Amino acid sequence: MRNIFKFLTKNSFIFLFLLLEFFAFWMLIANNNYQNSTFFNSSNFFVGNMFSTIQNINDYFNLKQVNKELAEQNAKLQSNNIASFTKVYGRIIEINDTVYHQNYRYSAAKVVNNSTNKRQNYITIDKGEINGIEAEMGVICANGVVGIVKNVSKNFGSVMSVLHDKYKLSAKIKKSGYFGSLVWEGNNYREAQLKDIPNHVKLVIGDTVVTTGFSTIFPENILIGWVKEFDLPEGNNFYNITIEFAVDYKKLSHVYVVRSLMKEEQLKLEAESQQEVTE
Amino acid sequence: MIRDVIVYILMFFVLVLTQVLVLNNIELGGYINPYLYVFFILALPFETHDNLVLVIAFLLGLTIDVFTSTLGIHTSATVFLAFSRKYVLKLISPRGGYDFGTTPSLQSMGMSWFMTYSIILVLCHHIFLFYTESFSFSQFFSTFARVILSSIFTLILIFIVQLFNYNPNARK
Repeated sequence: MRNIFKFLTKNSFIFLFLLLEFFAFWMLIANNNYQNSTFFNSSNFFVGNMFSTIQNINDYFNLKQVNKELAEQNAKLQSNNIASFTKVYGRIIEINDTVYHQNYRYSAAKVVNNSTNKRQNYITIDKGEINGIEAEMGVICANGVVGIVKNVSKNFGSVMSVLHDKYKLSAKIKKSGYFGSLVWEGNNYREAQLKDIPNHVKLVIGDTVVTTGFSTIFPENILIGWVKEFDLPEGNNFYNITIEFAVDYKKLSHVYVVRSLMKEEQLKLEAESQQEVTE
Repeated sequence: MIRDVIVYILMFFVLVLTQVLVLNNIELGGYINPYLYVFFILALPFETHDNLVLVIAFLLGLTIDVFTSTLGIHTSATVFLAFSRKYVLKLISPRGGYDFGTTPSLQSMGMSWFMTYSIILVLCHHIFLFYTESFSFSQFFSTFARVILSSIFTLILIFIVQLFNYNPNARK
């Protein structure tokens, strides 16, 4: 027995080393299996408090950046505020000029649901019947066209996006004024095809494509996109044009619903002319 | 004596906090991750009892581990460092042994001695640490690159710390 003690005290360094290493590896293996060990990880009270204090101090260094972001957001919200719109377009102040007659009215709406990955995409907005939204109204956003209101409920509106394979949008080349129809073929949500542009028109990549205003849904000259590429197949009278949308429909948040005030007058006149022909 | 103990306790906290709050956030290219806290074990006086060095190393490693949530990794590596320290000191002891009351520092032991001492021990620690961390030899060379690059960075930091109280005119 005495010899064992003697042996242990003589080699105490090595034994202590082995003991401590044993503890260390035991902890290592135990904690590799159970990452959420209750006491000794960084979520425990003392260490957690300390890290949150350090984080509090770090937050002060970011204040400038945070302030800037908040100011930008405030400015954005301010300009999206309904008060900013009424001055120009709103329902309260109407421009009653005899030379200019107001044709379009805008009301702001927010996108509450959106998709871009289907072949028939719809957008839901937070304005409906009680806000004066009706079916067949155009929807645009700051950068360009979005779609047409298809159905309205009391508080919401369902918008058929231009990313819908049944939707044809009347579009024209801004520079030359030739018009065609824009169709989306359901592949890339950033691109669409422009049809019916005749082959004698001079095209350049980057040409702006805008709305025509024929349909009374959209005002004239609302941006749609730019010509991305085009080609002229042999023996064909029309170009194949691919355009790139100006709006990134994945990031849509604030839109404006367009009401055409003279739509009914125009449609009525057009219907009358058609009737006369058929009679 | 009491004064020395207080200085070492302060140094313990300063090194742990520097390691946890500053150096652990440095990760250059995923390879370089300096571990300056080992300097505490390197700087303990020569006459510190070997078993005490082991216990201090265990506590130091455990403290670092608690902060980094890697329980056991730093503990085992630091205990191994303390274990090697005894034999490295024996191996490179100057003729006539170490003077009583001196510490292993650049100031008292000179450049070449301190270089040998710190390079061997830092490498011991880092090799042990990084291979325990990866827990396999399957990525032997990428782990080895991490060992070498981190060691260089740790050594540079240790020398910078040493230069704070280095006075070339007052050499013994």
